[in-house]
Amino acid sequence: MAKHVTYSQIGTGKGFYSILALFGVFIAAGAAAFLHVEHHGHVATGMTNQIVWGMPHVFAIFLIVAASGALNVASIGSVFNKSAYKPLSRMSGVLAMALLAGGLVVLLLDLGRPDRMITAITHYNFKSIFAWNIILYSGFMAIVGAYLFVQMSLGMEKYKKPFGILAFVWRLALTTGTGSIFGWLVARQGYDAAIMAPLFIAMSLSFGTACFILVVKYTGKATDRPLGTAMTWRLGRLMGVMAAAVLYFTTVRHLGNLYAAEHAGVEQFILFGGNIFTTLFWGGQVLIGGLVPLALVFAPNKVEGSSRVTLAALLVILGGFAQLYVIIVGGQAYPLVLFPGMEVSSSFADGVVGSYTPSLPEIALGLGGVAVAMVITVMAMMAFKLLPKNLSDAALDPHLVAKAK
Amino acid sequence: MNNTSLKDAYIEKTRRDFLKKAGAGVTTLALASGVTLMAYPQAAQARKPEEPVDPSQRWGLLIDVNKCTEDCTACVTACSEENGWKQGGNPGIDAQWIRKLKIKNPKSGHEQTFPVMCQHCGAPPCVDVCPTGASFKRADGIVLVDKHICIGCRYCMMACPYKARSFVHEPLTDQKSHAPRGKGTVESCTMCVHRVDRGDQPACVEKCASNGHGALLFGDLNDPNSDIAKRLASYPTKQIRADLGLDTGVRYQNL
Amino acid sequence: MFAIMKRLFSVVLFASVFALATPTQADETHSQGSGPQYSLPKDAKSCVRDTAFMRRNHMNLLLHKRDETMHDGIRTQKESLQGCINCHVTKDKAGKAIKVSNPKHFCAACHEYTAVKLDCFECHRSTPDTGQDTASIPKIPAHANLLASNANNSSEAKALGRFLKGVTQ
Repeated sequence: MAKHVTYSQIGTGKGFYSILALFGVFIAAGAAAFLHVEHHGHVATGMTNQIVWGMPHVFAIFLIVAASGALNVASIGSVFNKSAYKPLSRMSGVLAMALLAGGLVVLLLDLGRPDRMITAITHYNFKSIFAWNIILYSGFMAIVGAYLFVQMSLGMEKYKKPFGILAFVWRLALTTGTGSIFGWLVARQGYDAAIMAPLFIAMSLSFGTACFILVVKYTGKATDRPLGTAMTWRLGRLMGVMAAAVLYFTTVRHLGNLYAAEHAGVEQFILFGGNIFTTLFWGGQVLIGGLVPLALVFAPNKVEGSSRVTLAALLVILGGFAQLYVIIVGGQAYPLVLFPGMEVSSSFADGVVGSYTPSLPEIALGLGGVAVAMVITVMAMMAFKLLPKNLSDAALDPHLVAKAK
Repeated sequence: MNNTSLKDAYIEKTRRDFLKKAGAGVTTLALASGVTLMAYPQAAQARKPEEPVDPSQRWGLLIDVNKCTEDCTACVTACSEENGWKQGGNPGIDAQWIRKLKIKNPKSGHEQTFPVMCQHCGAPPCVDVCPTGASFKRADGIVLVDKHICIGCRYCMMACPYKARSFVHEPLTDQKSHAPRGKGTVESCTMCVHRVDRGDQPACVEKCASNGHGALLFGDLNDPNSDIAKRLASYPTKQIRADLGLDTGVRYQNL
Repeated sequence: MFAIMKRLFSVVLFASVFALATPTQADETHSQGSGPQYSLPKDAKSCVRDTAFMRRNHMNLLLHKRDETMHDGIRTQKESLQGCINCHVTKDKAGKAIKVSNPKHFCAACHEYTAVKLDCFECHRSTPDTGQDTASIPKIPAHANLLASNANNSSEAKALGRFLKGVTQ
C-alpha cells in the first residue's frame, strides 16, 4: 500500500546563497591548487617517487566509496522494500551522484596529464582494474540517473524495482573494484589481499550512510522539515552496524597478516610502529571511527533528540579519512621488499620508510572536491523536488514508534 | 656536428655477422670463477629500421654481482648521460632509472652491491594495471611507457615490485632526441631501446665493459647461441622476487 | 608626364617589394599576408609530401608513425620526428636553433596562429640534438625522392621545389 508523499524543492533564500558562497571559496581554492600543480608539475605537492598517491587520493577515494554507500538508503527502499526509506530514495540517489562527481574531480585533476582525459576514456586496457573502475564510475552515473528518472517520473513506478536492483548490483561491483585497486597489487606488503574488496563494501556503507545522515539532517533543519528523531536513530544504527562490519573486516585482515611471518614487517610498522600510521589506525580508525560511534548509537540514551547520531556520523567520517590515509599512504610508506630478510640501501630510498607531508595544494584540491559534491547536491535540491515536504517520523513511517530517544 | 645537412649518405643497415671467435680474441677477462667474458659487443643481427620488432627475440640482461664493486656507479652515470635524466639534488622527486643497491645479510654481515633497474618482466604487473595501456611490453620483451598515452596516474608505480619507475615532477627542456621525457608522465629503464634497435648494447652494459668490470651482459635470451643464453645455461642465476612469478628479463648471477 | 612618373614610381615600389622580400642570411619567412609566418628549410632537396597534404594531414601522419615506432620499433626517416625537426629548423641571427617556445619555430608559427596546443614538445625536444652521437640520427639520402611511394609530384610540390632551389645558396 503506497503512501502518498509530497516532495518539494528547497528555497533560494539567504541561507542558500551563503552556503553556496562558502563552498565556492573552497572550489576556487581547489581550482587554484590544480592550476598551480598543473603548471609547475607535481614538485609542488608532497608526493614523491616513493609516495605516489597522497592526500588527493585519500579525499577522492573517500568520496567515491561514500558515494556508493549513500545509495544504500534508496536500495533499502526499492530492493528490500522497507517503506520508511522510500521517501528518502531520491535524495539518496542524488547524493550518490554528487559525491561520486566530487571524488572524480579530485582524482582526474591530480593526474600528471589531466589534459589527456579523452585519451583515458578512449584507450582501455581491460586487464586493469583501474580501467574497469572508469567504466564502473561512468556506468554508475548513468544508471543512478536513470533510476532517479524513473522515481521522479509519473507512470514509471513499475521500473523502480528493476532499476533499483541494477543500481544495487552495480554499486557492489563498483566498490569491489575500488577495493581491488589496492587488493590486487601483489608487489606491496600492505596490499595484496582479496579481503580489501569486502572491506571497502563495508566502508562504503558506513561512510555513505554517515554522509547521508549529515546532509539530510542539516538540510531538513535549514528548510523547515526536520528529519524525524526515530528515523535519524534508525539511520544511525544502520550506520553503526556498518561501522562494526568495517571493524570486523579490518580485524580479519590484520589477524591474517599477523599470522604470516611474511607480512610481519608491515603489520609491525602499521600497528605497533609508533608512527603517524599507528596513531591514525588505533586512534583514528578504531577508536574515533569505530568504537566511539558504536557506543554513541547503541548504548542506552537518556538525551532527547538525535545529536548523538550526528556526532557519531561526524566521527565515522573522520575515522574514515584516517583509515584511508593509513591504507593509501601507509601502504606505500612501508618499503618494498625486494630481498626478504636482508637489509637494503640505495640512492633511491630502498629499505627506508617513505616520508610524506601533505602539501597545501593537495589538501585544497581534496576539499575542493568535497565542495563540488556539496554544491551539486544543493543545486539539485533547489532544481528538483528531492526531499519530502514532511520528514517527520509519522510521515515517513506511521509504524515507527518514536521512543524517548 | 651539423645534422641539418641533407648531403650525408643514408646509412643502410645491413646484417652483420660477427665471427664469434674473432670477437672473443679481442679481449678476455679472467673472472674469479674462471669464466671467460666476451667483452666485444655482440650485436648479432642488427634489424633494418623499416622492419618491425622480431617477436622470436627476447632481450635480457645478466648481471654478475661478483664483478660489481661498491664504489663504482658507472652504469648509473652512463644511463643518466645517455638518456638525459640528471639527479637534480631533490632525492624525493629525482628520476632514477637505474640504481646501485646494497644488500646486507643482518645475520652474517655479508654485503653485496649491484645495479637494479626495470626488470623487463615477462608478465609485468605495470602492464596489467595501466588503465590506458601506455605501459606495454614490446614483442621482443622490452617493457616501455608509451608517453603519448600515459595519463600520469602513477598506478604502475604502485604496482611495480622493483620500484623501477619514476614520475616526472617538473617541466623538462633539452631532452635527448632519442629519449623523450616529459612532465606528468612515468618513465623507467628502456633497455636503451634506441640503441638495441640499431644493433648496439645498452649504455650501462657498454660502460661497464669499457671500465673493465664487465658485470653486465646483454643479449637475446631466446637465442641458444648467444652469450647470455649460454651463461644462463651453465651457471646458476636468479631473478629478484622470483616468487612473484614475473619471469624477469634481468637475471643475476652470484647473488 | 605626371602619369609616367606615377607609373615609374609604382614600378619601382613594386620592384622594391621583391627586393625587400629577398631572403636574408638567417631565414626566409614565408608570409601569406596576415597568415602564419613560418620558414621553410633552405636546402631541402624535396619534401616528404606536398604542402597541402601536410597542412591537412601531418597530425594523422604523426599519430600513426609514432605508434609504429613505439610498438613496432620501426625507425626509418619517415617515422622520425627528429628527422622532421632536423629539416624544419629555424635559426636565429646568432645561428642558434630556435625552440618551440619562440613563435618563429616552424611548428609554433602555425600552431600559435591557429591556437592549437602542441603536445609533442612536452616530451620531445624541439631543436636538433647536436649533443648526441651521429649514429642515432636517421640520415636522409642526398638525391633520393622522399615523396611517398606513389610519386606525388603535384604542381604545388614542384613549385615549392623551384622556390626552394631559387633561394638556396
